[in-house]
Amino acid sequence: MFASLQQRFTAWALGRQQYHEGTVTFNQRSIYIVPTPRGIAFAGVLALMLLGDINYVLSLGYVLTFLLATMAVMSMLHTFRNMVKLEIHAGRAAPVFAGDSAEFQFHFNNPGTLARYGLHLRDQKGHHTSFDIAAGGHAEIKLLIPSERRGWLAPGGLTVYTEFPLGLFYCWSYLHFDTRALVYPKPAESAQLPPSAAPSGTGSVSAAGDEDFAGLRSYAPGDTLQRIAWKALAREQGLQVMQYNAVQGNELWLDLMAAPAADIEHRLAIMTRWILDAEAQGMAYGLRLPGVELPPERGIAHRDECLRAVALFGLEEQ
Amino acid sequence: MAESRPLSPPLVYGLLLAVLMVSAPHADHLPLWVSAVCVLALAWRGYLARIGLALGNRWLPPVITVGGIIGLLIEFHTLFSQEASVTLLVMLTSLKMLELRTPRDATLAIYLSCFVIITNFFYSQTILTALFMFATLLAIVTTWLHLQSAGMRLKPRLRVAGLLMAQSVPLMLVLFILFPRVQGPLWGMPQDDLSKTGLTDSMSPGSISKLSLSDEIAFRVTFKDAPPLREQMYWRGPVLTEYDGRSWTMAKGPPGRPPQLDNLSAESDYSVMLEPHYKTWLFALEMPVFTSIASFQTNDFQLRRRNIVSTRLQYEVRSQLAFRANAEEEPFQLRQALQLPAGINPRARQLAQEWRKTYPSNDIIMLAALRHFSQQGFTYTLEPPQLGPNAVDDFLFDTRAGFCEHYASSFVFLMRAAGIPARVVTGYQGGQYNALGGYFIVRQSDAHAWAEVWLQGRGWVRVDPTAAVSPARVQSGLAAAVPNNAALPLMARTSSAWLLRLRFNLDLIAYQWNQWVLGYDAAHQLSLLDKLGMADITWGKLALYIMGTLGLLIGVFALLMLRRLYARRISEAQRLYLKFCRRLEKSGLARATHEGPLDFAARATQAWPQHSAAIAEITARYVALRYGGVDERNELPALRRAVGAFKL
Repeated sequence: MFASLQQRFTAWALGRQQYHEGTVTFNQRSIYIVPTPRGIAFAGVLALMLLGDINYVLSLGYVLTFLLATMAVMSMLHTFRNMVKLEIHAGRAAPVFAGDSAEFQFHFNNPGTLARYGLHLRDQKGHHTSFDIAAGGHAEIKLLIPSERRGWLAPGGLTVYTEFPLGLFYCWSYLHFDTRALVYPKPAESAQLPPSAAPSGTGSVSAAGDEDFAGLRSYAPGDTLQRIAWKALAREQGLQVMQYNAVQGNELWLDLMAAPAADIEHRLAIMTRWILDAEAQGMAYGLRLPGVELPPERGIAHRDECLRAVALFGLEEQ
Repeated sequence: MAESRPLSPPLVYGLLLAVLMVSAPHADHLPLWVSAVCVLALAWRGYLARIGLALGNRWLPPVITVGGIIGLLIEFHTLFSQEASVTLLVMLTSLKMLELRTPRDATLAIYLSCFVIITNFFYSQTILTALFMFATLLAIVTTWLHLQSAGMRLKPRLRVAGLLMAQSVPLMLVLFILFPRVQGPLWGMPQDDLSKTGLTDSMSPGSISKLSLSDEIAFRVTFKDAPPLREQMYWRGPVLTEYDGRSWTMAKGPPGRPPQLDNLSAESDYSVMLEPHYKTWLFALEMPVFTSIASFQTNDFQLRRRNIVSTRLQYEVRSQLAFRANAEEEPFQLRQALQLPAGINPRARQLAQEWRKTYPSNDIIMLAALRHFSQQGFTYTLEPPQLGPNAVDDFLFDTRAGFCEHYASSFVFLMRAAGIPARVVTGYQGGQYNALGGYFIVRQSDAHAWAEVWLQGRGWVRVDPTAAVSPARVQSGLAAAVPNNAALPLMARTSSAWLLRLRFNLDLIAYQWNQWVLGYDAAHQLSLLDKLGMADITWGKLALYIMGTLGLLIGVFALLMLRRLYARRISEAQRLYLKFCRRLEKSGLARATHEGPLDFAARATQAWPQHSAAIAEITARYVALRYGGVDERNELPALRRAVGAFKL
């Protein structure tokens, strides 16, 4: 019952709220506090103790019971103080492939001379991280939210909460930043690149295999396992990817219509694989989607632009 | 809401320490095997946490628990007496540690620990117990914090726990003083067989001398005016009328009519703080005429109450030290006071018969008996020789050494044999004056037995045969009356002066503690509220006072705790500049949050070209102060003047 009430309140409170902009500072108007089930159980324990004190006329029992009771009340102030005046702003979230976890960054700043303990950040689906912030300190908190499908992934309303110090009170506030992570389609397992066409005027036709090893570059998400330079890794040079130069002058067009799959999501998955492979092979490639055409080019920026187009294809928000 | 995570070893150690601290004071009254089980359970859990092994065997703790409960049933024959249920609770708390897996278990362990502390107060509520309670609570709260923030180190945890406790103390005091005290008990208390030292309803040779070896305090007395002489301090307790040749017991039979006192004089008012003795007697100087609490007086002048004295009890008494008691006694009472078992102590009977024939009156027979004690080589000793079946004969004619019960017993026997109604009165005689606190301490070692005879026209008259043998006992106390090497308790000896002072100081503290902390009950509360000017208080008003005071204190704490967080950390220059910005904002030009002072100044100049000079000056001065690192002392007054003069 407690949980469902809480969910309903959260839905109401978040519905009421505009997106936060810039830095959010928790104050008494944005912080809510209620006793936890454990807190209510503790009140029961105290009531029992009080009955015992009265019945057995235990003066020291009164001292203990009242001390515990007032400590419980004072712990509410401490719980509140643990949250208040925290400053938070949203960081960026790097794009991910569907199925991976998007890493949302939040910068928590603790301006006071008081360390904050036992803070938690949680989204509506229960993804969760907990942390402390030193006095006058700053913490970059990463909340991992697994992505399911391509497009934009918004963390939605987040809850920051704490039960410090005694766990008798649950003190929370909402964060509703307009932050989102781009989710690329999950790349297909493997797909043969479409044949590249020679630009008009030149005669050479490239075939699969006539690539020259061009060097190593550092790993970027999405690179295929086949191209990782394991030997370099063994030499402790970090995760590197082998780069190949395709025969210069070839033009590769990645066309959604040409992707060998029936439904559109599969085609987009194949397109994603193509983009990654083509970039890894150092080819210049262009992207053709209905209504979108990106001329052939190479480089990480171009790759990201292509992936973004694929990720957002057919979705309202472009 | 806390996610389930395994408990870290330091957290487990903290919980084990908390349980150990709450259980330790129980060690002296737990059965030895229960203590052993508890210590083993805690040590085993600590070992598992140390080597990082998971708790195996889900069935083992229940088996041990059931075994323990069966053990308790064998030990106590019940689980519902106070002793048994406390033992059970302590044992279960320790065994719970074997099932300590989740944060939920840890929370339960903490709540249980708090509860176990309270059960210790059944046994002890001294100042030391209170101090230990605070130490225990600090350990518990420090561990409790750990449960909420795994990453917090010991020192900050101790600091937060200490702060939390320190802040709660004044709030606790408010509740302690103002929370309406209800006179307990709310339900029947299990009557435990609490074997306390103290006077009982029977007396046999050796029972009082055994008592006199105890240092325990029976009660404390504060006199309103000058205290009476020590020889007059006879604190009356059980009155013993029936004799079976060995033991004296209380009279059985109808209660008789209420006692009658006349010719009263030498009034004395005092208050008694009686330690619980689990009997119904209230002790008072002979003869009490008024008590402040519900009590009654039996026909033989015993002051009693309906319920046993199971908690410390404070009452006011008025006694009349000179009195005539039951000058017209009922015949059956007198017959009872003459009965003797047939066929024993023939020599004593013969002596009494001789006195009867020789002397004309009861008074003189009485004096003859006292003279017999004082002139026939009797001695007063804590270690009297063994007596045979004719105990009075043996004592009077052979051993001639005894303690007060021997003298009282044989004196009453002689009187009865001579046909004078007499009975034994037990109680306490004298007391130790604590000059620091201005009160008397009466200990079990002051226990005494004396006699009472009924004389025509004079009623019941107190006769203390011990005084005839050893006047020092009555005038100066036990230590003065017995040889130095007698096995007296430490407190009854009057040795070095500084030791005496130390003892008096300690007792004074204990006395104040008892009176103001432990003895704080409904009556004390009312009189204190009265003194505080809250006469005719109702529960509603009291609730209002509590809420008001607590609210005020919590408000003060909130202010102290949050002040620094809410204080705006801006410099004087910033404050002045913001004042300038507010003026502009009122006139319709608000500074955007991202806008720097120079950009804003440009906009402001556009809006009010006529003020451009002032705007430029203020902005320049502010920028210089805030970013240029100029000396505040020189520049700040200029900025202040400029902002003060600025008007649109």
